[in-house]
Amino acid sequence: MNKKAYGEYVKARMPKSPLLKDCAFAFLVGGLICSLAESLLHLYLYWKIPEETAKTLVPVTLVFVSALLTGLGVFDDIAKFAGAGTLVPITGFANAVAAPAIENKSEGLIMGVGAKMFTIAGPVIVYGTLCSVVYGVIYWIVGLF
Amino acid sequence: MEFLLHLIKAFVVGGLFCVLAQILIDKTMLTPARILVLYVSAGVLLTAVGLYKPLVDFAGCGATTPLTGFGYSLAEGVRKAVDEKGLIGALTGGFTGASGGIAAAITFGYLFALLFRSHPKK
Repeated sequence: MNKKAYGEYVKARMPKSPLLKDCAFAFLVGGLICSLAESLLHLYLYWKIPEETAKTLVPVTLVFVSALLTGLGVFDDIAKFAGAGTLVPITGFANAVAAPAIENKSEGLIMGVGAKMFTIAGPVIVYGTLCSVVYGVIYWIVGLF
Repeated sequence: MEFLLHLIKAFVVGGLFCVLAQILIDKTMLTPARILVLYVSAGVLLTAVGLYKPLVDFAGCGATTPLTGFGYSLAEGVRKAVDEKGLIGALTGGFTGASGGIAAAITFGYLFALLFRSHPKK
């Protein structure tokens, strides 16, 4: 058996990539979360909440719901089929904070809950902050000329 | 009618951000943590070069809800602070823009860690 035939043999034996199905669910759930966010924004504005406050309140609401669903153990059930659909919106960030906090409660409130909260959120904040500081410095330098 | 259009734009743009991440996860084996770091950094970068603001104007929460939007609020916060206070704004502006999401995640994460027990993995 030559290399090419072997490659084809392996390909035929590999489990079918569920890429299309994964993407469909990610699109559907991610899209739903974002349009839910948009609806919340319209609702808050309809309640005469000032725009800046409303724009902060939307992610805060999503974070609250995600943390609650994580606590109830429901978030994982949704994330299992939604994949990136629940990961990429701020719901994924909230879950990344709440899940290790709950899971490591037995290690205590300081090194368990307090420290493990940032297992995934930490790198996100670190790299986000670093990038924004670099941008700020460049923006300041460009503004000098 | 306009409301419905806003919803559709948010749905499509937000959904596409998720599809891109799903492809990255399936094809490159990037871990979720790496995806989140990549997205927040990309959000800052795209805002810096002026591409993200138009997307936010177009898609609203479809652009601000994905984690790239978190990078957008960091970068926007920094830009505003540098405009107002000069170089020190590069350090102080980021968290001004993103503080709501971070403080909420910490507060509610902590609260529910106190209230709930961990669920055994199914």
